[in-house]
Order: sequence, then C-alpha cells, then structure tokens
Amino acid sequence: MEPASRNLRTLTYISAALFLVSLYMVFFYAPLEVVMGQVQRVFYYHVSSLWVGMLAFLVTFIVGIIYLRTGNLKWDRIAVGSAEIGLVFTIMGTAGGAIWARPIWNTWWTWDPRLTTTTIMLLLYVAYLMLRQGIDDPERRRRFASVYGIVAFVSVPLTFFAIRIWRTIHPVVIGTGDPEAEGGFNMTPRMVQTLLFSFFTFTLLYITLLWHRVRLERLSEHMAALRAKFVS
Amino acid sequence: MDNISEPLQSVSTLPDVSAAIVKTPTPGTLRAAFAIVWKDIAAELRSKEIVTALIVFSLLVIVIFNFALQLDRTARENVAAGVLWVTFIFAATLGLNRTFASEIDRGSFDGLLLAPVDRSAIFFGKLISTFVFILLVELVVIPVFSVLYGIALFEPLFLLVVVLGTLGYAIVGTLLAAMAVHTRAREVMLPVLLFPVSLPVVLAAVRVSQGLLAGVEWSRISAAFSLVVTYNVIFLAIAYMTFDYLVEE
Repeated sequence: MEPASRNLRTLTYISAALFLVSLYMVFFYAPLEVVMGQVQRVFYYHVSSLWVGMLAFLVTFIVGIIYLRTGNLKWDRIAVGSAEIGLVFTIMGTAGGAIWARPIWNTWWTWDPRLTTTTIMLLLYVAYLMLRQGIDDPERRRRFASVYGIVAFVSVPLTFFAIRIWRTIHPVVIGTGDPEAEGGFNMTPRMVQTLLFSFFTFTLLYITLLWHRVRLERLSEHMAALRAKFVS
Repeated sequence: MDNISEPLQSVSTLPDVSAAIVKTPTPGTLRAAFAIVWKDIAAELRSKEIVTALIVFSLLVIVIFNFALQLDRTARENVAAGVLWVTFIFAATLGLNRTFASEIDRGSFDGLLLAPVDRSAIFFGKLISTFVFILLVELVVIPVFSVLYGIALFEPLFLLVVVLGTLGYAIVGTLLAAMAVHTRAREVMLPVLLFPVSLPVVLAAVRVSQGLLAGVEWSRISAAFSLVVTYNVIFLAIAYMTFDYLVEE
C-alpha cells in the first residue's frame, strides 16, 4: 500500500494545528455575547460547518458535470468523497443549530423555511449515497450519481437564500435579514475575525478530508481490481 | 413516406454526444415522442393495467386517511389539500414505477433505444404518457373526494395548480424513474430518490391548494404559485439536458 504523500501529511498537521487555534479563538478570543451568553459561541462552528456542507455539494455538482463530459474516473472519486463529507458537516451544523435554538427559540426544532430546506438538502444527499449503493454496474453507478448530484444541487441555493427570501425566524448575521428573526446580533470586530478564521479552518479541513477520502477510494478500487484478478 | 425519411436523417446526428447540452428538439423528435405516447396509451387501453389500479389505490388511500385522521367536518376542511396531494403523489409514484419497468421487463426498452431518434424523444414521450395517466386518475379522484369530503374542488385556479403540480412531479419522476429502474430494489429506490427532490413543488402546491380552498387572498399564495411554475421550468431544463446520460448504453 502506498503511504500518504508528504504534502497530504503536512496538510493534515496544519489542519489539526489551525483547528486548535480556532477552538482557542472561539472560547477565549471572541467576546461573550451579552444577550445570549455562552451558547452564542456555537455560532462560529455552526456557520462554518454548513458553509463546508454547501461548498462540498457545490463541488459534487461541478465534478459531476465534468465527469459526464470527460468520463474520467478521478472526478467521480471527488464527487462521492465530497458528498459524504458535505453530509457529515451538514448534520454537524444542524445539530449545532439545534443546540443554539433550544435556549434562544425555546425549541430544538421548528419547521421554519431555513430548517425545512436544510432538511430537504440532507435527505437529498442521503438519497445520493443510497443510489450509489443500489447500482451494481460501476460505470452506470458513476453516470447516474453524477446526474443525481446535478438534480440534488438545486436545493443548495434554495437553502442558502431561504432566509433572504421567505419570512423566517432564522437570523441573518451576514447582511441584512428579516426584522422578525429571533436571535440576531451585531458582530464586534473580534467576532468577525473568529468567524472568518473558523471559515478558513473548516475549508482547509474539508480539503484535507477530501484528499484522504479520494486516496481511500483509489486504494479500494485498486483492491477490488486485485481481488477480481486473483480470486477468480 | 416522408415520415420515414426524416427519422433516418437524424441517424447521423445521434452519436454527437458533445452537442447534447446545446441540442434543440427537431420536428422528428416531437413526432417520435408522440408515437411513444400513442403506443403507451394504446397498450393501456388494451391491458387497462395501470390507470384502473391507480384509481382503486387512490380511493383506498382516501378512505384510509379518513379513518386514520378521525376526520370530523372542520378537520376535513383543514387537511383536504394535504390529503389530496399525498394521495396524488402516492398514486403517481406507483405509476412512475411502471413507466420504464414495463418496457424493461418486456425487453422493449432496447427497441426504443435502437430507434433512430433523439433520446430526449423517449423522455418526452414517457413524460407525456405518465402525465396523462396521472391526470386521468385525478379526474376520477377529485369528484369522488369532493363528494366524500363535502368540499367544492371544481375551481379553475385549483385545477390549474393540480395540473402544474402534477406536471412538476411527473417531470422529475420520469427522470428519476429511468434511474431507479436500474437499481437493485427499484420500487423502493424511486420514492427515496424522488420524494426529497419533489418536496419543494409538493409543499408549494399544497400551500396554494389549501389557500384557494380556504379562500385567502391571492397575494398571500402567489409566491408559492410562482415556485410551482419555476420548479417546472428548472427541472424540465435539467431533465432535458441530462436524460441522454441515463440511457447511454
């Protein structure tokens, strides 16, 4: 088995180090929000996780189109890896949102447009992975998954703009939102710095994980080929 | 005789997959699509296997809802639109499961693929025939529902929403049915793939229908109505551009 390349290992260490720094910033550097208290600190990772989720689905969408055009296997490996990582980060972000909503909205969950569209997005990518599991022929699996990745992506901009189109209680911290939203606040410079740093860290973490996942996929394809060669 | 020469001309354009994204439908495509629709309708007229079964199924769903929800008079008016749409999408999903499965089980799908016509003709043919079948089911279900639940449903706007919502569901459904038919548990896979994609159009259609039945002013439901229309346009475009990749063998 080929070992992970030097670049990949370096990137992994950098991501880990940056993550520790961002944890420090979230808990000690960023000031305490006066109205909501400590629970507001969930916000930095909540937004960053969902940002990575949407970025990952965008990547699945784009490489899906490239795969359909070129038929090159490497694009499909990126597509499946990105969809899996995006799903995990979306679940994390949603869970973080629920933890914040419990004291602020006084409920874990509500069928608000933003939360509804996020749920649809989650279900779509669960279906994406189920579709991949359900097709035996590898070439057809890649083709169908690329098309479903394109169809599913329609939900992502819908989710992103949901709080900007419909009346909702979900706050819009970046830009201007509905005055009826509950739990909005104005960020101090230190909060902005912390948020931007979390964004950066999570994006780098996404790239690292994707790289590992693509390598894993390549190795498992290699294994399958070897097994087919020697077992039969 | 000229209708024979025309599909033959398009043979030369068929392998040009790179042009698939920017292709435009030719008159031959439309004629081929309607040939498929006609074939499906003729087969249905003789076998009567899909529409009759879907009508009976829909009526059973309505009866089950009535007892499951313990509907009294006011509750009935509140949930009518929801019950009606759930009935429609259940019936439509069952119908969509047969759209390509019936062709593949009889081995006639390869024949369709071999036909010297644009592949999108197959999509549009299947879309239209499925849409017609679901509309026929709704044509029977709506009056029966109207009588059983004591609600007047024959309003032009209400019927328009039903038609547009059904069309949106059929567009995405036909595209995904072509996928699901090649998966291992295809009858189970279709709803798993289709329900999340169709949620926006179903939510919007339910909201408009409910608003119309409750008699709220149009400005409060017009946004949901435009979502139904937008959804149709977006997914018709996506289906048109991607269907070729699903039937490429």
